[in-house]
Amino acid sequence: MSSLTTPSQETARPAPGRGRGFGGQLRALFSRPASAGGTILVVLFLLLAILGSWLAPYGENEQIFADARQPPSLEHPFGTDRLGRDVFSRVLLGAQDIFLLAGLGTLLSVISGTFFGLVAGYAGGWTDELIMRFFDSLLAIPALLLALLLLGTVGPSRNSIFIVIVVVYTPIIARVVRSVVLGVKSQGFVEAARTQGEPLPSILLFEILPSVLPALAVEAALRFSYAIFLVASLGFLGVGVQPPNADWGLMVNEARHNVSQTPWALYFPAAAIALLVIGVNLMADGLKRVLQPEVE
Amino acid sequence: MSEQRPPVLAIRDLTVAYRSRGAWLQAVRDVSLQIMAGERVGLVGESGSGKSTIALAVMGYLREAARVLAGEIILNGRDLLSLDRSQMRALWGAEMALVPQDPLSALNPSLRIGEQLAEALRLHLGMDRARALERAAELLEMVRIPDPERVVRAYPHQISGGMQQRVMIALALSTEPALLVLDEPTTALDVTTQAAILDLFRDLTEARETAALYVTHNLGVVAEICDRVAVLYAGDLVEEGPVGELFRQPLHPYTHGLLASVPRLEAGRRGVALQSIPGQIPPLGERPPACVYADRCPLAIEICHEVRPPRETPLPGRAVRCHRWEEVLAGALSAPATPPAADGAHVGDADGEGDGAPVLDLDDVEVHFEAPHTIREILARRERPPVRAVDGVSLEIAPGRTLGLVGESGSGKTTLARAVVGLEETTGGEMALFNLPLPSGLSERSEELLSRLQIVFQNPEEALNPYRTVGATLRRPLMRLQGLSREEADAAVARLLEAVRLPASYAYRLPRQLSGGEKQRAAIARAFAADPELLVADEPVSSLDVSVQASILNLLNELQRERDSSTLFISHDLAVVGYLADEIAVMYGGHLMELMPAEGLLTPPHHPYTEVLLAAIPRLDPDAPPRPLPALRASEPGQNVGRTGCPFHPRCPRFLGDICVEQTPPWRAAENGGRIFCHIPLEDLQAAQVEDA
Repeated sequence: MSSLTTPSQETARPAPGRGRGFGGQLRALFSRPASAGGTILVVLFLLLAILGSWLAPYGENEQIFADARQPPSLEHPFGTDRLGRDVFSRVLLGAQDIFLLAGLGTLLSVISGTFFGLVAGYAGGWTDELIMRFFDSLLAIPALLLALLLLGTVGPSRNSIFIVIVVVYTPIIARVVRSVVLGVKSQGFVEAARTQGEPLPSILLFEILPSVLPALAVEAALRFSYAIFLVASLGFLGVGVQPPNADWGLMVNEARHNVSQTPWALYFPAAAIALLVIGVNLMADGLKRVLQPEVE
Repeated sequence: MSEQRPPVLAIRDLTVAYRSRGAWLQAVRDVSLQIMAGERVGLVGESGSGKSTIALAVMGYLREAARVLAGEIILNGRDLLSLDRSQMRALWGAEMALVPQDPLSALNPSLRIGEQLAEALRLHLGMDRARALERAAELLEMVRIPDPERVVRAYPHQISGGMQQRVMIALALSTEPALLVLDEPTTALDVTTQAAILDLFRDLTEARETAALYVTHNLGVVAEICDRVAVLYAGDLVEEGPVGELFRQPLHPYTHGLLASVPRLEAGRRGVALQSIPGQIPPLGERPPACVYADRCPLAIEICHEVRPPRETPLPGRAVRCHRWEEVLAGALSAPATPPAADGAHVGDADGEGDGAPVLDLDDVEVHFEAPHTIREILARRERPPVRAVDGVSLEIAPGRTLGLVGESGSGKTTLARAVVGLEETTGGEMALFNLPLPSGLSERSEELLSRLQIVFQNPEEALNPYRTVGATLRRPLMRLQGLSREEADAAVARLLEAVRLPASYAYRLPRQLSGGEKQRAAIARAFAADPELLVADEPVSSLDVSVQASILNLLNELQRERDSSTLFISHDLAVVGYLADEIAVMYGGHLMELMPAEGLLTPPHHPYTEVLLAAIPRLDPDAPPRPLPALRASEPGQNVGRTGCPFHPRCPRFLGDICVEQTPPWRAAENGGRIFCHIPLEDLQAAQVEDA
């Protein structure tokens, strides 16, 4: 008799986060410990990235030969590596790099993904098929493999890392945007705008895009965390940021040869990667609960 | 129904609250209600009245966030609120059963219909599998499913919505429960299907003496099938009584207002302006502690805002919660003699302009949808017949007039509306606006042409951009299409809001700060911002509550007269169309069946389909003579793919034979200026219809 015991639930539940302004949404985000912690972590790292060059006690490649291979101490909170570089300073300075590469890369892929998603979803038909099937074929290749392939052809540089992030994440973001567009484009307010002769760009930007933004914000945060990981992975594999730059992934790679003598030189950048990725993920999860309560 | 027997269900002083942001808000307050064996009690109310909460409380299905704060619910002598879950489980199905609004979500999608019925029978009646399956087929026959043998083996998604609801009723009645709770069981169905289900439900409960609690927002349905009715408003049971008496002489001002706001089909009601109830149901947590209706009540005096009216029983069998029921009884609220000017006026106008070019002229318009081909069909180069959503429609709308287009779901009425405003491309035929050819599709139309045709959609929730203020939404068409400057547009926004009876401050509000009715007003304002000559209104009131619906209908009527525009009004509800329109077009299977002046709606001859629709509409007047539903040949329409002859022939109650299947019917001109698409000569139709009535 299971079929009879399904109650029809009619009473309206106020959607959390909807119907409150930005302040209310921020409060909702901070009402859960996990999302609050994640957001604080991300903000902390962001501050470190911005203020890193002032806070760092030593330069990026400043070598203090006398202090080489020192364990963490008051003078060198994270110790020094085998070349006598201050790990704390390098982790601080590396934050800047990772935010710049992963952040800007994510931003670029959000822009291109939104563009293609809007166009594919709104136009439908052959345009949609063409764009989305091409993206599907990109998605069929594992992200890291695709990245290695691209970097192998264009050679490692900052610009090529941006290109890699954009190529890898545009299809995913375009998919998310397209799915929202499909739901919105047949709604009354979009069709009314069409019957009133609104030009296409203004329909896409002013009528449809605002409805896409919540999903886009959540997806962007998620992509950012993956991008951090991708940049770090590329650095570790030696095809990303090149030595002697302070890149977390690169630092992990360099330190792993001396892990028995200077384990701290490996632990601290690795921990930084893990903490930031976890932080961004928790924040993305919180954003999702606030901005897309219906998905939960 | 002897008075000595105890009631099957007795609800006493029930108070239910929902938790919201840490506080318990009362959704239902001190509600008492009894149902005797064999009695059908209607629980009516608008959205937010608490009617579903009561139904769920009775069934023991309240969610975690809901609590019964006080009261008792007694089923055959047992207090349900004191039972634990396993004791309740023994009652579900066996002693009480629920028929929900959406049968598809209640049926298990992975079990065949027969299995689901048999499961209930085995569990509650201890039948063995073979016997239970046999009985399942009998039950399907009982609920008048035409081919039970097939349906027993079908999965829920393979049968239509009406059939699913029949299966739910069969399931609910399979164990002969003492109490049946029905939560809006026909709301999602077409009128003809609804009429058949109501007939079925009435017969079955009568035969078994089942007590039924029928929850609905539809007063007509209550009038058709219930013995008694309880009216809920904002969680309070404001009035209760036998259907006939209560509808004839309501004692509560809310009931009075509700009855006056429903468009009716009865003779002599046409042209009488609908009364609407100002304001809206207060949301949970903002309900006045005294009389819940005081803020909207025309009779409210000081005491109404201060003291909660007690439940009084002024007449035998009646109960009311109102301080001033005696005055209501004495006629304090009887409708002010509204002159039937509303309609008369613009019918007169139109006659003067009758010789001008029609606003809209459709000639044989077709919208066919290409069905997607399978790979095999592409390889075999086999053509698949298109879906003929609109299949040759010709009609005209004269200046200043309203054409009401009626049909059930799938009739093509919405597709036709969308084709007229350009949202759908036509595949054949001609359209003209004031004799100027109207190209198919939006991209072919000039801005000037676009602004002359505007549309209002059904769903107010999707009508406005949720991220833009009402003012910004209205300003766009004013600045772009009318070429106003920002300042002029702001002034025009204020005038538009005033025209749709919204406060000017609403220009700064976002849609989420508006109620459903207010959103629809704003959407109407946006349509009129383009200053159209023809407004296409696609079911603009179907998702609104009755009391709000009336005010929107009146608004459309007034705006049309003030602005001298014409309207194509689309609805599934013949009563609404009969109220608003000058002419009525009835559509079925993509084709017009009948075109008539609205005055002719109640006088035969009619197309057999119109006849069915008229009979199927539940009527509010409990004294009206019963109008039996003509026997349909098939209970539900199929899709119009590759059909010949008359589109209605598979269901027509006056089916003649091969001629209806093979030959396209002729248009026959009626005396009242209308025309009917039927093989049967009008004299014969008239004779048959007068005789049946």
